[in-house]
Amino acid sequence: MLRALKSFGAFWYDFVIGDDWQVAVFVVAALALTALLTHVAGVNAWWLIPLAAFAVLAWSLRRATSGKS
Amino acid sequence: MTAALPLVLTVFVACAVEAIEALTIVLAAGLTRQWRSTFQGMAAALLVLAAVVGVLGPTITLLPLTALRLVIGALLAIFGLQWLRKAILRATGYKALHDEASAYLREVAAAKAAPEVAKRGISDWYAFTLAFKGVLLEGLEVVFIVITFGDNQRDLGAAVVGAAIAVVVVAVTGIAVRAPLAKVPENAMKFAVGIMLTSFGTFWGAEGAGVRWPGGDAALLVLVPAVAAVSLGYAAWLQRAARLGAAPGPSATSSPAAAPGPAPVTKSEEVTG
Repeated sequence: MLRALKSFGAFWYDFVIGDDWQVAVFVVAALALTALLTHVAGVNAWWLIPLAAFAVLAWSLRRATSGKS
Repeated sequence: MTAALPLVLTVFVACAVEAIEALTIVLAAGLTRQWRSTFQGMAAALLVLAAVVGVLGPTITLLPLTALRLVIGALLAIFGLQWLRKAILRATGYKALHDEASAYLREVAAAKAAPEVAKRGISDWYAFTLAFKGVLLEGLEVVFIVITFGDNQRDLGAAVVGAAIAVVVVAVTGIAVRAPLAKVPENAMKFAVGIMLTSFGTFWGAEGAGVRWPGGDAALLVLVPAVAAVSLGYAAWLQRAARLGAAPGPSATSSPAAAPGPAPVTKSEEVTG
């Protein structure tokens, strides 16, 4: 049972998070910052998530091709 | 129906990729072992998937739209960026292309080597479990895509239509040719799906975080091409870097599978596609 649960968890981790977990952390942090800017500072930060996505993709590709991934 | 067309097309392409991978496994089990146990494995997996949809579908629709968009948007953006990353690395030769023909040969070799054991009323347990696992795992990905896209757009029916067409088209083609669909441009499809997942994930995630997009839903008409342009730009950048020797990779896309770059990405790529 425990083994089945472990492989089920591993499947979803691999499926959603994939090869670079730092991309997931970056996206969640960017969403949190967007929520803060919008709700606390009153800034309609629609531009933040796309910029964050472009930046983290470049960073992840750079690391993957230079052997740091 | 016209308004739902982008949703249907996105789900269709994403689910077609998963269905092709499931087909490869089912064909390997059926053609090398026996069809009866393979079909039993498929049927068992489809029953489990139906139960998952029956439980998850109605539960997710009960969540408030803002919370749903935040969580699903984050998941889709992460998921989409992962697909884009893989597709770009494959297109530029830094990662071997996912090859359905070689995946099929590997499955066939393993299936031929395994002994035929009857268990729990199934005459060939290996064929059963191989088909069950393949259909269940790829099917879960289809379910994830259908539920997330369908619920976020509040049009589960359109998402189901896109997925159903994909599964039927792939299944009929597979039955017709009785071989893995190796000639399908899988990486190009994954590239396109990665762009759509990242765009929709970014859009919904930001909305869930409280953002109001300029132009409302029409912002997607700018966001999708922007994500596509940036991704293609990154692919060109990696190819150029490889040519200049800054990152000594392969020579463009001439033989990406045969000439992996200097830092092959690891982990279970052959399993997840």
